[in-house]
Amino acid sequence: MAKGVWIVAEVRDGAYRKVSYEIASAARKLADELGDEVCAVLCGSGIEGKAAELGKYGVDKVYVADNAALEPYTTDAHAAAVAKIVKEKDPAILLMAASVQGKDLSARLVGKLATGLATDCTGLKLEGGKLIAVRPLYAGKCFGEVAFEATPAMATLRPNVFPIVENAKAGAVEKYDPALDAGQLKTKVAEVAKDTSGKIELTEANIIVSGGRGMKGPENYNILEDLAKVLGAAVGASRAAVDAGWRPVTDQVGQTGKTVSPNLYIACGISGAIQHLAGMSSSKFIVAINKDPEAPIFQRADYGIVDDLFKVVPEVTAAAKKILA
Amino acid sequence: MNIIACVKQVPDTETLIKVKPDGSGIVEDGIKWVMNPYDEFGVEEALKLKEKLGGDVTIVSVGPARTMETIRTALAMGAEKGVHIDDPSLNGADAYTTAQALAAVIKTLPHDIIFCGQRAIDGDAGQVGSVLADLLGIPSVTLVLKLEIAGTAVKAQKAIEGAMMTIETSLPCVITTQKGLNEPRYASLPGIMKAKKKPVDVKNAAAIGITAAAKAKVAKTVPPPARAPGKILQGDDPALKAQELVKLLREEAKVI
Repeated sequence: MAKGVWIVAEVRDGAYRKVSYEIASAARKLADELGDEVCAVLCGSGIEGKAAELGKYGVDKVYVADNAALEPYTTDAHAAAVAKIVKEKDPAILLMAASVQGKDLSARLVGKLATGLATDCTGLKLEGGKLIAVRPLYAGKCFGEVAFEATPAMATLRPNVFPIVENAKAGAVEKYDPALDAGQLKTKVAEVAKDTSGKIELTEANIIVSGGRGMKGPENYNILEDLAKVLGAAVGASRAAVDAGWRPVTDQVGQTGKTVSPNLYIACGISGAIQHLAGMSSSKFIVAINKDPEAPIFQRADYGIVDDLFKVVPEVTAAAKKILA
Repeated sequence: MNIIACVKQVPDTETLIKVKPDGSGIVEDGIKWVMNPYDEFGVEEALKLKEKLGGDVTIVSVGPARTMETIRTALAMGAEKGVHIDDPSLNGADAYTTAQALAAVIKTLPHDIIFCGQRAIDGDAGQVGSVLADLLGIPSVTLVLKLEIAGTAVKAQKAIEGAMMTIETSLPCVITTQKGLNEPRYASLPGIMKAKKKPVDVKNAAAIGITAAAKAKVAKTVPPPARAPGKILQGDDPALKAQELVKLLREEAKVI
């Protein structure tokens, strides 16, 4: 019978991504309730030495596939490597990151393992020893509690939602052969062009400063960027701002963009169209700055300022700079 | 070139979603149904590819009777024909089952490239394209922002956290489409007229040889957690309100 709570750890450029510790901590919590162990799968090249580190976050055992074909990440190599060990060891639960890589990998595993997957989960619980995964539907307009009819029950966890808990366990390392058949690997990475601007990824940001139609033009986003710099925040945009060509599509928050849950979301000149609200309503604190007192965004905001954002935002930046200095 | 574009009919983004009191799903009355916006990018890319390389575009969709409107929309945009998989056992199906149904149909059609939206904006699962590729035993590239095809060589660009990645693979493959790939065209009036006469095969689960057996299901649907009413900061001086806000964020919310 399927047993154990497993994770797939995510490594980029030789370092764990923070979300890997979040999923390890979430897995530990489930495993403690079930009286099971936590195992991690780690795939890459030259990464064996990194494996034991996961023990710090509650991982009992790490299965390592160390193979040149596993660096950088490609869908077919990683899906084959993870599927092999999962089929062999038969875990009950498999958690991954709801990152670009984790979503790509997990979806392919649905096919390979003929099982179910709950994407971008914001909560996990056990009912009668079985996993129930809580996740937003319609970009957060409602939530679904997902039950599984096959194993492993798979879930990807939204970054920044599950707390990291240090809980030292053995982190015993066991290497395995992913048995990759070079002839079967049909995708390769030709290039990775890094954004060197130091931009913080929206889906992983603790704080987001976001601007909408009220910004009046692309040239005015520098006032949001100044505030973001002081707060260590990412800069987002509404669909109106993206469709107007003011900001890149990768910055869009909402139902046809990214769904985010930062600790703090500062909406500037955003009226709060339902499709935007859907993408950011699970933020822990929401601030709205808008001159229209009737803007729907104020119904979701913890703190609101009804005023001209061009006057307010630079003052917020100045005040924040003073307090954070 | 034999091009397939998979589409799903979903509630329009402006829809207010109401949960049924018993948590068994959402209230569907009064919903305006549209083509999933991410699938529009797939249909557009399929049409652009056909215009460049020749061939035809087949639309495949799983959904109840109303889904025919969405298939007709894609035909009005310029696709040649459609397959509509309509079976009550597939309504609200999970990703695995939906991909099984699509794969069962697509296996019987010549296919060089298959487009799927990166996710549907109702269930937001983002799985079907990848599962479909796996069931067909072909590569998949997800979240594609730029696509080049030369012979059977495929070059696709996608955004990952903090970088742009270029991936190379080969046909046949599944491409899942992301906003930014293209600007979907509108159906023209003559296009809409022509679409009415284009062939659409309607098949049920038995006809394509599948039995729906969900691997995961939404056991309960709940409204989002309620938010406590917020505080509107009073006063006429933007600087004072800004200072008060920063103080609240620091001392009350403790988020900065």
